[in-house]
Amino acid sequence: MSGLDPLRLTAVEAKRLLVEGETSATELTKTYLDQIAAHEGDVHAFIQLCGEEAARYAARIDQEATAVRGALAGLPTAIKDNMVTEGVVTTAGSRILQNYTPVYTATAVRKLFDQHIVMLGRTNLDEFAMGSSTENSAFQVTRNPWDLATVPGGSSGGTAAAVAAGEALWGLGSDTGGSIRQPASLCGIVGMKPTYGAVSRYGLIAFASSLDQIGPLTRSVADCALLLRHIAGYDECDSTSVRLPFEVEVPTADRLDGLRFGVPVEYLAEGVEPGVRARFEETLRLIEELGGRCQEMHLSHTEYALAAYYIIAPAEASANLARFDGVRYGYRAAGAEDLLEMYERTRGEGFGPEVKRRIMIGTYALSSGYYEAYYGQAQKVRRLVKEDFGAAFQDFDLIVSPTSPTVAFKVGSRTQDPLAMYQSDACTIPVNLAGLPAVSIPCGLSDGLPVGFQIIGRAFSENLVLRAAHAVEGAVGFDTAPTFRDSSAGVGSIGPGGLCAQDAREAVDA
Amino acid sequence: MPEWEPVIGLEIHVELQTKTKMFCSCALSFGDPPNTHTCPVCLAHPGALPVVNKRAVEFATRIALALDCTVQPRNVFHRKNYFYPDLPKAYQISQFDEPLAVEGSFSYWVGDEQHTCRINRVHMEEDAAKLVHAGESGRIAGSEYSVVDFNRGGTPLVEIVTEPDIGSPAAAREFLNQLRATVMELGVSDCNMEEGRVRWDANISVRPAGSTELGVRTELKNMNSFRFLQQALESEIPRQVGVLEAGGRIEQETLHFDPETGTTSPLRSKEEAHDYRYFPEPDLVPLVMDPAWIEEVRAALPELPAARTQRFMLQYGLSRYDAFLLGESGPLARFYEQVVAVGVDPKAAANWTMGEYLAYTNEAGIDPGQGFVTAERLAALVKLVTGGAVSFSAAKDVFRFMLEEHAEPADLVEKHGLGQISDQTALAQLVADLVAASPEEVAAYRAGKEQLIGFFVGQVMKTTSGRANPKLVNELVRAALTA
Amino acid sequence: MITEADVRYVARLARLRLEPDELTRMTVELAKILGHIDKIGELDIADVQPMAHVLDVVNVSRADVARASLSRDDALRSAPAVTDGAFRVPRMSQR
Repeated sequence: MSGLDPLRLTAVEAKRLLVEGETSATELTKTYLDQIAAHEGDVHAFIQLCGEEAARYAARIDQEATAVRGALAGLPTAIKDNMVTEGVVTTAGSRILQNYTPVYTATAVRKLFDQHIVMLGRTNLDEFAMGSSTENSAFQVTRNPWDLATVPGGSSGGTAAAVAAGEALWGLGSDTGGSIRQPASLCGIVGMKPTYGAVSRYGLIAFASSLDQIGPLTRSVADCALLLRHIAGYDECDSTSVRLPFEVEVPTADRLDGLRFGVPVEYLAEGVEPGVRARFEETLRLIEELGGRCQEMHLSHTEYALAAYYIIAPAEASANLARFDGVRYGYRAAGAEDLLEMYERTRGEGFGPEVKRRIMIGTYALSSGYYEAYYGQAQKVRRLVKEDFGAAFQDFDLIVSPTSPTVAFKVGSRTQDPLAMYQSDACTIPVNLAGLPAVSIPCGLSDGLPVGFQIIGRAFSENLVLRAAHAVEGAVGFDTAPTFRDSSAGVGSIGPGGLCAQDAREAVDA
Repeated sequence: MPEWEPVIGLEIHVELQTKTKMFCSCALSFGDPPNTHTCPVCLAHPGALPVVNKRAVEFATRIALALDCTVQPRNVFHRKNYFYPDLPKAYQISQFDEPLAVEGSFSYWVGDEQHTCRINRVHMEEDAAKLVHAGESGRIAGSEYSVVDFNRGGTPLVEIVTEPDIGSPAAAREFLNQLRATVMELGVSDCNMEEGRVRWDANISVRPAGSTELGVRTELKNMNSFRFLQQALESEIPRQVGVLEAGGRIEQETLHFDPETGTTSPLRSKEEAHDYRYFPEPDLVPLVMDPAWIEEVRAALPELPAARTQRFMLQYGLSRYDAFLLGESGPLARFYEQVVAVGVDPKAAANWTMGEYLAYTNEAGIDPGQGFVTAERLAALVKLVTGGAVSFSAAKDVFRFMLEEHAEPADLVEKHGLGQISDQTALAQLVADLVAASPEEVAAYRAGKEQLIGFFVGQVMKTTSGRANPKLVNELVRAALTA
Repeated sequence: MITEADVRYVARLARLRLEPDELTRMTVELAKILGHIDKIGELDIADVQPMAHVLDVVNVSRADVARASLSRDDALRSAPAVTDGAFRVPRMSQR
């Protein structure tokens, strides 16, 4: 049956179609594989495509009686390539794991396999999840389907672009400082980072252990809830995972009566583009129309959160990435004469520049004489950031902000200046430091590019966050289908909304 | 030149005998083919995470309590970062400034003196894998490559760090010996030294006798027997003294013990100064120790060697030396007490247990309590001796026959005709006959040569083929000669 | 200010070989990044407790029960070099 529009189909709807026999897993999978064939040459979302296996598996699902099928049977899914999957090369976007085949599967992925999802492929990411644009991948740069000259965000840019481009129904990403939410924002889709501990990290190739979480990237908030429900939960293999005190509910309410929304002034600082600010404020007005109350408030340690993050994350990463030493798996530099040379050349050749930078910062921040000033101090700031939120949640139910200060930026425009790249995460990083749940939903376009709206909740308030997001989503009415235009195709290119002038402005700013 | 005194501290690592590793569920093993007990966690595959072994925490707590330490209300794991092929994560999960327990002490004996060594801390960590240097000599220098077996990697370790309270190499040896006996008694490790289940490093410095300041210390590694420990210290002390007396300064360095030369030498710069960059392990949560649980563990502690030694002295009237030897090891102590419980004189039981019996179990390679010579049988034999039915030397024969023929002592005495002659009348007659037949010796004895008692007793023993009760003969001879 | 010597020391700690041009570039980049991170020192928060764990969870552990290990083949499957069932590495450095 035709009529499946991969640019608009949701998982909830696809599930219904499958259950009611209006489509098959085979047809569904083919729809997405066809979309990949049509657009992947431009988007480059996947490091590895598993098209044949996906089609075969979908066929097998179609042969099973509905009664024995998993809850997510047949749903075509993209998996970020930093979640180990037994027998499937998992690279973390790095040369050092270019040919690495894991011997076990990440818990979150296994849980989805247990529900019979169809894995379409492994998506691109910034190397070891370090980055905000996917440009740090050792293999390829993913393009934003809304404007192929721009980045999809990062580090989960591959999954975000794939979902936005209709190359996957939905997918998994990981978020350490915004790596699900920021790409969701830039690609005009929904992305959620759950409360720290809600989803097992077992099998997630670690970047920063106290900050990482796996989460969904989807076309709709309802899809996000559905996917989260199936990956969340206590895992005995992860000492930092927790039993959820609730079941994740797929939201249905469309009003926000009685909910108090805090708007932290610190998140609306100078770096926020006018278009982003405008869409954000329009969304606040929508919230009020839905019965919610918005009020400005303060998260006073915000300005130090970025610094704290850029100490804690690299510090933990420097230790987490030390295992990549060429001894037991992965790349080993050839012809090393002794152990020291093997270590240094393996890691020197296997890691990209951003990863090396972060390992260096992290090592430095932990080294003798510097620990107290850097790591020790950052851990204190972290407590203060968490306490800021704690105090705020006495007066507010949810906290909102723009997800990213800007819309998607041009490929190559920030790669020369690491600090500029780090600024992309100013609104998302504090949430990871505090371990809170947050979702990004599209709230409009600016200069033809999506703007993301972030909703943050107390720890383990996923249901409330999703409920609010669903209501706002309904009111915004954003069409998640991207345009696939390419603004780099000459200054004279015509597009909606007078792009010529804006292209010129962007070219100057880059 | 002043007198110098050594100041010694020890760091001891004990491998716990839990069923599984510290942070993963791989079974502990020894001697199995390489890399047959590994998993993504202990191989440090990407994405793998540690989970604490509850029993290892309990075992470590037992050690801490046995050493009179304060178990901290909360303890935390830290990452200790360095690169080495036997360390798969390139960090060891250990404990740093919030260890399991602090501030304990351990009393031990050196000869007749009781010493006390304060314990600085007891903490938990994981063991490294096994790295073998291949090539000509198996030593680091000159090897072409190395190979790693990760079976051992991740084994739970307890580290015990003492204060520098030990005052001599002999004391260090005794401390370690007695500490090891104590840990073994706890049932947390068999402390088998051949298998590397207990290992130690020593820190040593010297200072003018009577001074309270600490000198610069060196660290000694690779002494895998108590004898080597003592040797290494005995070699290092005069070296340090020599340097200081010549006006030099001691370098704080790590020295490697060479068992062939019996001396220590600096490790090559392979061991550069480590910056371990400790930080709290984010993959593990803190351990909050429930005081009630700690008390349960404390209540369940077995009687430790030191306490048992005291008790044996008081309860059985044994000398400290005997009480110590019998009380040190659980199986032997329990065997001894079983013998006594049958109803045997404790001192006699002690002599026989420490003597014939222990020699036999050592030679046979069995534990006390195993084998044909049960506590009941030994007790029966001892009773035969103390009751005079058999002489001490004959009883030694009976012991041997027991092992060879697996028969009861009383039956063996009868079968081999080893019964002791204690018939006073018969013996008195023999003595009288002998005295009558040896007038010169009698005269010499009465003139003052008292040692001739031995001649008379010896003759009677010879006449009776050693079966006469020597004590009785002795009395009868004296009586006859003074008459 | 972080110097090239500092960077060389840290690179050695992290076992990262940096080519000369990388070393120079890295020194500049790190100096810049550290310049921004240093602002964290502005806060006078000596009395604040550092937060190592964002979760309020303690005492997670497991029972001492053995589970199946990887087969030796699986354990060695991705090994760059194997000798007699063990992972082979080049000799220890002499420097």
